[in-house]
Amino acid sequence: MNAQSTINASGRMAGKERLVVIGNGMAGCRAVEEILAACPDRFAITIFGAEPRVNYNRIMLSSVLAGERSFDEIVVNSEDWYTDNAIKLIAGDPVVHIDREAQQVVSRGGVIESFDKLLIATGSDPFVIPVPGKDLGGVVTFRDLDDVEAMLAAANTSKQAVVIGGGLLGLEAAHGLSLRGMEVTVLHLMPTLMERQLDEAAGFLLKSELEGRGMTILTGADTGEIVEADGKVAGVKLKDGTEIEADLVVMAVGIRPNGTLAKASGINVERGIVVDDHMVTSDPNILAVGECVQHRGACYGLVAPLWDMCRSLAARLAEQPKGYKGSVTSTKLKVSGVDLFSAGDFSGGEDCEDIVMRDASRGIYKRVVVKDNKVIGAVLYGDTQDGNWYFDLLKKEEDVSEIREALIFGQAFASGGVSLDPKAAVAALSDDAEICGCNGVSKAQVVGCINNGANSVDAVRSTCKASASCGSCTSLVESLLALTLGDEVEESANTMCGCTSFGHDHVREAIVEREFKSIPEVMQELHWSTPDGCSKCRPALNYYLLCAWPGEYIDDQKSRFVNERLHANIQKDGTYSVVPRMWGGVTNPRELRAIADVTEKYNARMVKVTGGQRLDIFGIKKEDLPAVWADLNAAGMVSGHAYGKSLRTVKTCVGSEWCRFGTQDSTGLGIKLEQMSWGSWMPHKFKMAVSGCPRNCAEATIKDFGVICVDSGYEIHIGGNGGIKVRVTDLIGRVETEEEALELSAAFIQLYREDAWYLERTAPWVERKGLEWVKSQLFDDPATVPALAERFRHSQSFSQDDPWAQRAAGERSDLHSHVGSIGAGPPTDGAIKQVEPAE
Amino acid sequence: MNAPDWVSVCSKNAIEPGMAGTVPVDGGPEIAVFHTIGGDFYALVNSCPHKGGPLSQGIVHGDSVSCPLHNWRISLRSGEALGDDEGCTPTIPLKVEDELIWLDRAVILAEQRA
Repeated sequence: MNAQSTINASGRMAGKERLVVIGNGMAGCRAVEEILAACPDRFAITIFGAEPRVNYNRIMLSSVLAGERSFDEIVVNSEDWYTDNAIKLIAGDPVVHIDREAQQVVSRGGVIESFDKLLIATGSDPFVIPVPGKDLGGVVTFRDLDDVEAMLAAANTSKQAVVIGGGLLGLEAAHGLSLRGMEVTVLHLMPTLMERQLDEAAGFLLKSELEGRGMTILTGADTGEIVEADGKVAGVKLKDGTEIEADLVVMAVGIRPNGTLAKASGINVERGIVVDDHMVTSDPNILAVGECVQHRGACYGLVAPLWDMCRSLAARLAEQPKGYKGSVTSTKLKVSGVDLFSAGDFSGGEDCEDIVMRDASRGIYKRVVVKDNKVIGAVLYGDTQDGNWYFDLLKKEEDVSEIREALIFGQAFASGGVSLDPKAAVAALSDDAEICGCNGVSKAQVVGCINNGANSVDAVRSTCKASASCGSCTSLVESLLALTLGDEVEESANTMCGCTSFGHDHVREAIVEREFKSIPEVMQELHWSTPDGCSKCRPALNYYLLCAWPGEYIDDQKSRFVNERLHANIQKDGTYSVVPRMWGGVTNPRELRAIADVTEKYNARMVKVTGGQRLDIFGIKKEDLPAVWADLNAAGMVSGHAYGKSLRTVKTCVGSEWCRFGTQDSTGLGIKLEQMSWGSWMPHKFKMAVSGCPRNCAEATIKDFGVICVDSGYEIHIGGNGGIKVRVTDLIGRVETEEEALELSAAFIQLYREDAWYLERTAPWVERKGLEWVKSQLFDDPATVPALAERFRHSQSFSQDDPWAQRAAGERSDLHSHVGSIGAGPPTDGAIKQVEPAE
Repeated sequence: MNAPDWVSVCSKNAIEPGMAGTVPVDGGPEIAVFHTIGGDFYALVNSCPHKGGPLSQGIVHGDSVSCPLHNWRISLRSGEALGDDEGCTPTIPLKVEDELIWLDRAVILAEQRA
């Protein structure tokens, strides 16, 4: 249904009051969601948004900047939501005037909308410190997607960034820019980071952690001016004279409620738009929610209060006023790998008791502040598992004198000392305890949606949105699932798929230890809940069995993705592309001629040089594949496995043979690596490269396995990825000879083959297991590398048959031909086309 | 609705369990004939309701198939997209008789005109 079609010319839907919302952000849209839930048919709704896009989760912008998420993944309400609820969205056209007399708003583009009720949700503006140079090109704030895009563009071309502001937002910006490869300096006016949320000790731990990641943190740094060169930012000069070079400056010093429009129309605005407990402004027909408001003297810049406000607003409109009484807030920092939680007041004082626990070796610091036997503040660093529990005690103002002794050890100990079960901890949370901070979902709401049939984390995510944003509450949601549904969702954390309650590691171990030799056997013995699995677990099991029993397990074609079954890449139009192997990226006239001939003979539509230095022939029909392979085989070429979870290519530069900088024969080593490892099945695609010198022309530092040749030998790098999330390799060692490089490659590949989860590339695998673990597996015992390499060679002795040759010779021709055909003529009994019965 | 115009297309042994065979049609859309691991047969137009992916090349599990292009799961019984997705691929009446697979040609040809 089209929104506009249901609205008549005056903009008024028959029998409905007109609600106009100024602000298409988190508060505005959340308020509309609550209103639709509380009184679904009361309003015809129009939303004005200043940004030309649908409603998205602003607090996840830091994840977009860090490359952990795409914009699509942080959209809260897609276009369908507006359409389905007949909401008229006017995006990219901000309201510039409110006429309270006429009850109309006017947009910059001249759109006029009348209202019965007006909701202002204009949020806040980033604060820009008034120093010389603040308007230069290259100075940005961190508030909306445009800012993120400006930062991403800068990160592509620039090297050095200065982030002014060491609060939540500034540090998330700094983290994102650092992950994007920039050298980042954070300038913070106060002596410790995040001083509003952290005490000195936690601030110090955070500073050390960020410095350990390569950022420079300057505290007590007072910005004097932003320095210009050629009309652009060149650096930042502090008041003490220090100068820091920069081609990007991010101002993230704070936000200010945006009450400009409200003030101009005569609504009472102090620091923010003044509202009562029902979110009503000084004009009874005008409401306001979110960061733009001031309630009981307080303005909020966090998400949780916003949900409370929206609920109060909707309750009031539904004539069931509950009233908003203000919010106690808690904070988590969205910087991957830094666990940090803070809530309430931790400034301490005379009648406050501080309970502190430090575990230096594990990098854990916890501090709970108690006053009059009640928790009034908590700071957790390194282990934030009990954050929700402390926050709950704080909000409830519960008397903790009974559990005072064990309070600092967390809920498991404090609530009896008998149970270390995380489920018990979650069970003890109150119904209105917040589970998902991103989407403002309480425990009662999650349990409600589980009781209504959501029996997996994914189902909970799509129903009530808990854990659908940053994901930091996933373990809480899992515990609630386990608690509510009992054993039905046991081990849901990393289960292979919905068909089993077991995770990848458990299944792999069972295959080896209990000697399972077929997919049906695994499914039977491990109690699969579906008759024959699904498209997720079947390819994984096929791989695990193949890896565990080389030469013994018989590959299951029906559990292979089409690309591997047909040894070619399926393309969007259902045709295939074919990539012959070019060892080390080297080819010759004979091979080029064969590729040219195949291209013409089978009417291929394009030949493309791939990112891995191979030639890809596009537009081949399924039926023609065996003939194409036969022709390429005749020229001595074999399958490039460009379609498989297997070794793809080994990229090389020309090395010492031609290059004036080359230190070793990188092309030769690349060819040897490829000839050693081609045809091997892997958990995911696997790419290698060899660069002849540290100039790294073959880009070996973003490959799964990379070699950089140096004068003294070979640097060995692992775990790189040039894909969705770029990751630079880790150096794991240096070797002197080609033989050692080859041996280490074989050992590393086998370790990855035997340990990683199916569809897990080396980069996330190395991060999950830890670089130290990988190193220890390879180097702790001098016997390991030869043993792993030997297992790889054993496996390779069965898998280095060219799949093209077998198919071109007629094997499995049934996969390429039709089983029969239907003509247009009249039906006859003899319409059957003769086919060979399958085995 | 007219009586079925049954036409035999292949021996039931031509398609191994867990796989699918394709049947081109003069003047009609290509048909995919599925043989489930459990031993049942189904026929669908060989085109995913999402972006037209060749369903015959997908992974067959239970009584559904996952499209090879974007992993939509399509019911072999109803042709409907399962899970959160929406859309439907036409199903073709099928019977197994005398060790042969029979399809209703009238329905197939009607699909082309529709």
